[in-house]
Amino acid sequence: MELSWEIILMQVIMGLALGAIYVLLASGLSIIFGLLDVLNFAHGTFYMLGAYAMFTAISLCGNFWVGLVAAVVIVSLIGGLFEITLLKRLYGTDQIYPLLLCFGLGIFIPDIIKMAFGLIGKVVDYPAMLQGATFVGNLILPKYRIFLVVLMALVLLALYVFMKKTSIGMIIRAATRDRLMVNCLGINVSRVWTVGFMLGIGLAALAGAVAAPMVQTIPNMGDEMTVEAFVVVVIGGLGSLGGAALGGLILGQVVSFVSLLAPDWSNVSIFLTMALILVLRPRGLFGEEGRD
Amino acid sequence: MLKVENINTYYGSSHILHGVSLEVHPGEVVVLFGRNGVGKTTTLKSIMGIQPPKNGRIIYKGEDITGNAPYLNVRKGLAIIPEDRRIIPNLTVEENLQLGILHKKKQLNVSEQFDMVFDYFPKLKLRVKQLGGSLSGGEQQMLTIARGLISNPELMMIDEPTEGLAPLIVEEIAEILRRLQRHGATILLVEQNYDLTISLSENLRAYVLEKGQVKLSGTPAELRACQDEVEQCLGVKL
Repeated sequence: MELSWEIILMQVIMGLALGAIYVLLASGLSIIFGLLDVLNFAHGTFYMLGAYAMFTAISLCGNFWVGLVAAVVIVSLIGGLFEITLLKRLYGTDQIYPLLLCFGLGIFIPDIIKMAFGLIGKVVDYPAMLQGATFVGNLILPKYRIFLVVLMALVLLALYVFMKKTSIGMIIRAATRDRLMVNCLGINVSRVWTVGFMLGIGLAALAGAVAAPMVQTIPNMGDEMTVEAFVVVVIGGLGSLGGAALGGLILGQVVSFVSLLAPDWSNVSIFLTMALILVLRPRGLFGEEGRD
Repeated sequence: MLKVENINTYYGSSHILHGVSLEVHPGEVVVLFGRNGVGKTTTLKSIMGIQPPKNGRIIYKGEDITGNAPYLNVRKGLAIIPEDRRIIPNLTVEENLQLGILHKKKQLNVSEQFDMVFDYFPKLKLRVKQLGGSLSGGEQQMLTIARGLISNPELMMIDEPTEGLAPLIVEEIAEILRRLQRHGATILLVEQNYDLTISLSENLRAYVLEKGQVKLSGTPAELRACQDEVEQCLGVKL
């Protein structure tokens, strides 16, 4: 196959859009791990719930954008409820217990969705204004992919401002490093945990909701995404938001180009990339050494 | 003001405090002496709710606060300045201080409180935008005291503020403690440096701990009267 620069540029854009999904998903996972020390093995499940909430909301109201907001809000609330009623009881125990709880949730919820929506995939349409492509010279730019990249940039910017400029963001940054001392300064850390968990879940739901038109919305769509989100977080360095962003973008490009050049290798390439980066830099790109 | 009644505290199965009782009155400096590992820090942690006692009671201003979460005790007016300083390394000096006043943002004038702590610690003012983790040991100690002080606590529990610091800085910290005391602060202090501590205030009382129990207590004069016993408990010649 002739690799013209148009094809290469196309593939870069495809990779950026895929990377955008990874970035949204993995930044949520990273916040949850950094703040609560919980390895959320149900992260892909919330991604899937985001897609289904999107489908349901759009079938009710008929508008893509209302559906998008509704999906994120609803799934965040489900996440908050899960944290308050179940996850909270396991803080302070060995890390394996919250992990198992999340793992169990990741098996249980997709089965509920199978019962409610059936096994057949649901279709979420692109919004009218983002259908098709624009042409720049010979270059075909699919509008929806461009939208994903812009959305990711805006969300990252909003996250940065939230973390750096607001009190609650400051508390989250502090509690990520030393929750006991934050508690000893008169701050109710457990409420901050709920907020942080909901924020992380909201990001997963957003990723699922915007991915819905491009992928098949099926009950098990989140399973491999959990693993891929962990790969991104490991590449970027555990608990680092900037790392999750860079890791997501790298992985998006890798998958995009490997799918073009050697489609059979696209799944393997994800783990090869992780292995390669970990060999070169065991703590991940932005990870801190010896973080406990 | 604070009354600790016969508390027993455990770390897992190891019994650290064996029925410790003590009192702190408003405006006093109360010092806990004792060798390493006798339970001085654990006493502070028990009061704060970090390591709640299994039994016994902690009464603060007539109210039973035993086993309350630390953040609730802070809101009642307690502050802990831990020996390991616990500066949040990835936050700036300014943010570390803001963290200390967040729970009282509505009651206090934040910029006045900042001015107040910068008056105590002028060096910190030069470092406001620097990350907490980049400060020297002495500066971190100042920041941790400032962070506790900024919310105007009624009772400050200060754990070994001079540990591991150069003599010049030790004297600086001691001067700050004297100044706090003159301004009417109530302090429960853990300190190894006996001579320095005795020099802090006229209005000072001390408890000497041994193996998780209060062995001796009294004013500096009263302790001098039984100096042999004090020396034996602390394992040093005074």
